Amino acid sequence: MSSTAELLDHLRARFPDATLELVENPGPAAQHGLRLDHTSARLIATYLREDPAWQLDYCSNVSGVDWIDREETEKVTTTVTAEDGSTAEKVEKVTRTIPGYFEVVYHLYSMARKTSEPVILRLRTANRTDDTVVPSLTPVWRSCEFQEREVYDLYGVSFTDHPDLRRILMWDEFKDHPMRKDYVEPDDYEYEPTPHATVLERAAKHYPPASPAEEGSQS
Amino acid sequence: MSETSDRSSLPPAAPEPFPAAGNISDEEREELRRHGILLTSLEELYNWGRTNSIWPLQFGLACCAIEMIATATARFDIARFGAEIFRPSPRQADLMIVSGTVTKKMAPQVVRLFNQMPEPKYCIAMGACAISGGPFKQGYNVLKGIDRYIPVDIYIPGCPPRPEALLNGLIQLQEKIKTERLKGPATARHLKPDAPSEYPIPEYDAHDLKPPKNPAVWTQNPLPRDQ
Ligand code: SF4
Repeated sequence: MSSTAELLDHLRARFPDATLELVENPGPAAQHGLRLDHTSARLIATYLREDPAWQLDYCSNVSGVDWIDREETEKVTTTVTAEDGSTAEKVEKVTRTIPGYFEVVYHLYSMARKTSEPVILRLRTANRTDDTVVPSLTPVWRSCEFQEREVYDLYGVSFTDHPDLRRILMWDEFKDHPMRKDYVEPDDYEYEPTPHATVLERAAKHYPPASPAEEGSQS
Repeated sequence: MSETSDRSSLPPAAPEPFPAAGNISDEEREELRRHGILLTSLEELYNWGRTNSIWPLQFGLACCAIEMIATATARFDIARFGAEIFRPSPRQADLMIVSGTVTKKMAPQVVRLFNQMPEPKYCIAMGACAISGGPFKQGYNVLKGIDRYIPVDIYIPGCPPRPEALLNGLIQLQEKIKTERLKGPATARHLKPDAPSEYPIPEYDAHDLKPPKNPAVWTQNPLPRDQ
């Protein structure tokens, strides 16, 4: 935490206009991230690469994360005064929906300083539907190029100023982005059932009873 | 262990003894050989030459390729069977070892390479992926077996098959080549004028390849539970 928090303070002092946020990782790894806003992301990235104190010259990994709309339930305790003057505590559950977004996570190391702990940058899209754009960091770290293409291919996040934003794993004609959490496998690809109940159920839908002519050719 | 396919055109299950020159028995031929007289037929000589110089196409698709590479190293030494010259061009190769996962993006290229190989050509499907899609069978982007588009001679199951299994598959293929006939009803596939040498290359579509299989080379076997 300390180094990320230090970095955050340092960047806040240096880039007063930027909106920065510490994204904590509650897991045992405790690799906390730094969320950058779109306008200053490239500026800060270039600074982190060039500044002798950081020299983050190596971007080892770019990954996409799909945060779907999620609901958070909070318990709100209110004190209710009854008619006879006595008070009682009432616990209410308040549910609010947090709209989803895509996140792109960059893991940075410094070869020059031989760091072993990554500095983690995060960029978020505005939503999951029509505004799925983040600035590309390929101009800063060339190694992001293919991995940003992969995020584009599988999650549908567009990177502005990416030199060559095309699909990389799927073919160009492919529709949809298969790593999105709400991706539903289409039924028009070839599909072979295995003897599991749910699979067979789907297979029954996928392969409606064959016409007699086809049945003849299959046996 | 490897098994020979019964899907492509094969000689009858129990092949009749291979005819050497004349109508003499194998024992008599052996006897003559011991005396330094070699009797053979053009067919046998031709097959003998092809059997012992199978040049595989040099390409690997996934983890199975590592085992194929290991097979070419000194420890397993595929050179013992005359198949060590991995050719980087399909024009010079006569065996395609499909070693690994064939993604739908890669499948048209694999078929195109096979088409570019001159006859006689053979295909070994190495590993669960090349046979059926393997661990990725239920996925949306992996071809469920290369035998959907090209005829496969030898299937080598395993994930990955060990180099010994690949060598065994190669030997099975050699056995198959040895029994190929130049004439007659059991003529080898590549000598039949109407047998195709090139196979249609599938095209990319929105979710799958179009067509998803070539019915001329692939028919779905009924699942065991349906029989
Ligand atoms: S069969 Fe197994 S080892 Fe071979 S390519 Fe597929 S996953 Fe890899």
